[in-house]
Amino acid sequence: MRLQKATAFALYAVLELAANPARQLTVVEIADKYGISAHHLAKVLRDLGRAGLVEAVRGVGGGYRFAGNAKRLTLMDVIRLFEEIGAETDAATPLVAGQDIAAGLRFVLAELDAQTVATLRSISLSTMLKLIGRRPWAVTPSQPPARQSARQRR
Amino acid sequence: MAKAQRSEPAEPVGIRRATAADMPGVIALDEAVTGLRKPEYWREVFGRYGAARRELGSFLVAEAAGRIEGFIVGEVRAWEFGSPPCGWIFAVQVRAARRVQGLGSRLFDAVCESFRAAGVDRVRTMLARDDTVIHAFFRSQGMTAGPFIQLEMRLD
Repeated sequence: MRLQKATAFALYAVLELAANPARQLTVVEIADKYGISAHHLAKVLRDLGRAGLVEAVRGVGGGYRFAGNAKRLTLMDVIRLFEEIGAETDAATPLVAGQDIAAGLRFVLAELDAQTVATLRSISLSTMLKLIGRRPWAVTPSQPPARQSARQRR
Repeated sequence: MAKAQRSEPAEPVGIRRATAADMPGVIALDEAVTGLRKPEYWREVFGRYGAARRELGSFLVAEAAGRIEGFIVGEVRAWEFGSPPCGWIFAVQVRAARRVQGLGSRLFDAVCESFRAAGVDRVRTMLARDDTVIHAFFRSQGMTAGPFIQLEMRLD
């Protein structure tokens, strides 16, 4: 799954700010850390501010700080501000009678979308920050058992 | 687990292995949470994993002032589709008034400790995809997607 640029920038910013809610960061500080466009990030932060997830701090040393509840806000809550996940858009397109191949493909793709939505809804910002702290990508993941050949299964 | 209500007084809660005397409390708590009364099922689960059968699994209860406030049940499974022995959690419930107080985490830690004592180094579970609350609970404990996929079909 690939997120749109604005969505990814929003997740970077919200998680960066939620990691330390007392701290305020400028657009440039966040943009420099992630190597992204400050101009684009500024627009994303304004959208996040309108949604109440961050608040602008004015004056010298101003910037943004986290304004949400990290234990309640999920990755899906942030993503939905910027894009729709597949199932939401596909369901709005009616199928024409006789399009069995299209219906079958939609059925299979809906499996993936349902898994994606369930995963994004289940991970709060707080859980995501804990996961980042554990760095599970640095550990060898659990592997599925080696497949047996048809001869071995017999 | 439904949305937490936090009005309950906080008597100390102890976690221990379930006994036969706990089953009415377990059955009542499960019924309160799921809306389904399943006494035969819970007595069968206790028969398999209760205090006298600890080598097969762990049936743990959280109890305060003589009342069952939560429970968790798990077992060590081995070689299902080639999976080396691992811990499996297949039931967890916490009374609504006791949620968001760390009791579910204590139950989770306790059952994981029993799995470690049994010599396994991994824990798995399976849950309803639309049960966001329990999904979020397991994620908050550090669980992530594993290498297996759950499939099903209708038997017409």
